[in-house]
Amino acid sequence: MSEIERLALDYLPVIIFLVIGAVISGLFILGSVLLAPSNPDPEKNSAYECGFPAFDDARMKFDVRFYLVAILFIIFDLEVAFLFPWAVSLGTIGLVGFWSMVGFLGVLTIGFVYEWRRGALEWE
Amino acid sequence: MSNYVESLGQLWGPLLVLGQIALFTLVLLLSIAFLLLLDRKVWAGVMMRKGPNVVGPFGLMQSFADFGKFLLKEIVIPAGANKTVFLIAPILTCTLAFAAWAAIPVAPGTASGTSWVISNLNVGVLYLFAISSLGVYGIIMGGWASNSKYPFLGALRSAAQMVSYEVSIGFVIVTVILLVGSMNLTDIVNAQEGGIWTWHAFSFQHFPLILVMFPMFIIFFVSALAETNRPPFDLPEAESELVAGYQVEYGSTPYLLFMLGEYLNIVLMCALMTILFLGGWHGPFALGEEFVRDHPFVNAFAGLFWFMFKILFLFIMFAMVKAIVPRYRYDQLMRLGWKIFLPTSLVAVLIVSGYVVYLGVQS
Repeated sequence: MSEIERLALDYLPVIIFLVIGAVISGLFILGSVLLAPSNPDPEKNSAYECGFPAFDDARMKFDVRFYLVAILFIIFDLEVAFLFPWAVSLGTIGLVGFWSMVGFLGVLTIGFVYEWRRGALEWE
Repeated sequence: MSNYVESLGQLWGPLLVLGQIALFTLVLLLSIAFLLLLDRKVWAGVMMRKGPNVVGPFGLMQSFADFGKFLLKEIVIPAGANKTVFLIAPILTCTLAFAAWAAIPVAPGTASGTSWVISNLNVGVLYLFAISSLGVYGIIMGGWASNSKYPFLGALRSAAQMVSYEVSIGFVIVTVILLVGSMNLTDIVNAQEGGIWTWHAFSFQHFPLILVMFPMFIIFFVSALAETNRPPFDLPEAESELVAGYQVEYGSTPYLLFMLGEYLNIVLMCALMTILFLGGWHGPFALGEEFVRDHPFVNAFAGLFWFMFKILFLFIMFAMVKAIVPRYRYDQLMRLGWKIFLPTSLVAVLIVSGYVVYLGVQS
């Protein structure tokens, strides 16, 4: 059996599972659409805002710190993605692999410390 | 699993897989129904209330009654909402929560080294990590599509929170992978064979590492609470500030799907903790090789029992936390994630990898 076939056999159940999950979720919503009453009116369909008519656009400006958190996340999540294969093969790559990763993590830590000192992680 | 598929020919293989998945999904949904009730019962018990007790004996049918009620409610879509995205968001949340379960091994197989699992992926941990990263999309989409202020703010907060704690979860998972040397979940469980002492949360066979691995287990537990938006980290739906966060505009079955997805994720996190740290299906004492060889089916069902028992234990812990601990403030939440958990787990990765390299654990 070729590599591709083996891969397909491994992931086919996952895809079937995804489809079944989607079908079940879809059926739930369909059930409600078919069974439940539907008589919308303008008041019912307006966005909830403590009983006031909504003022301003809901998609407003937001704090830049959310953006900073997203950037930090990308860096560290990539780092974790690097660490996964490294962790599996550490027995083979041995000391060289270990110390290279220590260097890599050290560089990232410098960036992290800089961001910490600049106050990017402060939420008052 | 795949060797069954090969041996059964063209038609039977897919049918068998379909049957297994259908059975698995059914068991999963039924379990969620009763775990939801258990959650409410534990919560009520802590507050000296009785909890739901009207529908069926001891309120056992409560979740099914709730389901019926959700089904009969009108789906209200706000006028300003982006209708397609508004409806796709809960479907996506629920589908992804289901899909993650495809890689979870639930019991030992009858042949040694195998397990009962829908798909025995060799990168199982990575798959789960990827799927749980995608979970944030459902919430962002729901909050954005609602075109309303509370859902928007709730979605922002929720995304930032889930993303923050995912990083420390990743590092904690790496410590376990380092000890096992494999990303296959079955291998990870089998590496913990031989009783409570070899479970990764205690890891007495690598003695000094208990000082690292047990805190890692705690960090994983707390991060799992934050990742699934459970109290004390339920800021995205903090009712005193944001009404219900990203779910404000949702009702009827779309809301049910969000809730179902949330509980599927909670139980998934319990299962993951069981697999990574608490020995998976292995009992607290070893059964003995001879017994396992002579009674493979007894071993399989005993394994299934232990696996479910551990998930149940962790789920009750989740429920207790919800009832006992007061909610965090948002700045405290971010401080805990970025300034405490992240450096701690990073140092833990270095310690464990140094241990693995210098003592040759993997080779």
